[in-house]
Amino acid sequence: MADNKIEIRNLHKTFGKKCVLNGVDLDVKEGESLVVIGGSGTGKSVLIKCIQGLLTPDEGSIKIDGKETVDSNKNIHEKMGMLFQGAALFDSLSVWENVAFVLLENGKLSRKDAKTEAIKVLRQVGLTPDVADLSPAELSGGMQKRVGLARAIINKPEIIFFDEPTTGLDPIMADVINDLIIESAKGLGATTFTITHDMASARKIADRIAMLYQGKIIWIGSVEEMDRTDNPYLKQFVSGSSQGPIKVEI
Amino acid sequence: MLKQKTEKFLQALGKAPVGFIVNLGYLTQFIVKSVYNCFIPPFYIKLFFRQFLNIGFYSLPVVGLTTLFAGMVIALQTYSGISEYGAESVVAGVVLISVTRELAPVLSALMVAGRIGAAMAAEIGTMRVTEQIDALVTLSANPYRYLIAPRVWAAVLVMPLLVLFGDIIGIFGGYLVGVYKLGFNPANYINNTMNNLTSVAIVMGIVKAAVFGFVISIMGCYHGYRSKGGAQGVGEATTNSVVTSSILILIFNYLITEIFFSR
Repeated sequence: MADNKIEIRNLHKTFGKKCVLNGVDLDVKEGESLVVIGGSGTGKSVLIKCIQGLLTPDEGSIKIDGKETVDSNKNIHEKMGMLFQGAALFDSLSVWENVAFVLLENGKLSRKDAKTEAIKVLRQVGLTPDVADLSPAELSGGMQKRVGLARAIINKPEIIFFDEPTTGLDPIMADVINDLIIESAKGLGATTFTITHDMASARKIADRIAMLYQGKIIWIGSVEEMDRTDNPYLKQFVSGSSQGPIKVEI
Repeated sequence: MLKQKTEKFLQALGKAPVGFIVNLGYLTQFIVKSVYNCFIPPFYIKLFFRQFLNIGFYSLPVVGLTTLFAGMVIALQTYSGISEYGAESVVAGVVLISVTRELAPVLSALMVAGRIGAAMAAEIGTMRVTEQIDALVTLSANPYRYLIAPRVWAAVLVMPLLVLFGDIIGIFGGYLVGVYKLGFNPANYINNTMNNLTSVAIVMGIVKAAVFGFVISIMGCYHGYRSKGGAQGVGEATTNSVVTSSILILIFNYLITEIFFSR
């Protein structure tokens, strides 16, 4: 299928005796926004890290643009950007150096031009140029997420990954970040892959939603389909009830 | 019941050596990758100089103080041990040999392991647990080249300079005690020092320093790189880095001395 940007087949990953991914099959179409939902510890982060090549799966295949990436030495990160859960900004660099990291790294732009470009992208995510010279530690959580987003999109990636983009933010700031995610992805025409357990965020940014449970994708569909579903697991997760087939391990 | 208990006992018994071997495997892999990436561009010159300054310049006071007092105490001990045989002239030689061959390299390395090895483990460990290392990878930067290589190069190149500085201060410490406390003739003391000065002693000290620099930076980076589990994990990484590098410094100190003596 040529229009699949990401194709995951039979993905397995085990840590010690704990089987985290147990045969994940998932397709992400070009230009779509896929959101993977699931409880804490269901393997969402492991899945995103496997696609990014940060973890090597035990078994299975991950294709990006039809090319296998598992055990491949090719640099797959050039066409990807990622917004980490805690923003993961480099403490030792200023805000603009964080944003322009890729530009400075590939050496195509001088420091002056890279800074101008970084300030331009910072404006896109709603930050003023005076934050450019601050250190990341001086920023609030919401501002750090914006800087993280700016860093993820500065290289105009084809795929953007969002790891719990709204965790730790107040509802209003979370909605601002959701809007920014939609805007930046649309602006770039990028495919986005988000993992979250925030249903408000999932509803807002998703074209399709997939639910990960016990290491497998147990349901996939649009937001409207999700609201009409009979799947008891999904229904319980969406309603946020402690009663149902999903048992919380305490 | 007995079978179960025996199994549990054997499992507990086997866990430690298996864990040790697994860690040794990880460490070997880490060293090979680090050394390989030390020679592969891009080279981060600015990061290298930052580390060079941090490890070298800012360690001068600690290294100076430790070697100064080490030289002083050696002069005093040597004098009190052999003065009855009237061998005062030996003091300058003993101070020179012990400082250049042993005390300056070993004490400087132990001080730097505490100061710098711990800081490396804490910094890289924090980067690991806050996903900054993952972020580096997703931004197409190789963490071994960006984080580890500048630290290893800086430590290996700056430690010999620190030890040379320690040599001079340590010998000066011996001179202070010899001349101002024990009443030796300053000219004779300097003469005795120069007569005993051999290139082998200095070279041995420098070789040791470079090896210790490698050990400190690799252990600091390794424990930081593999740390996990938040603040507690970073704390453990810091402790482990200081303990393992201190032990390895003493082991390598013996091995290098043995190699030089067997020539």
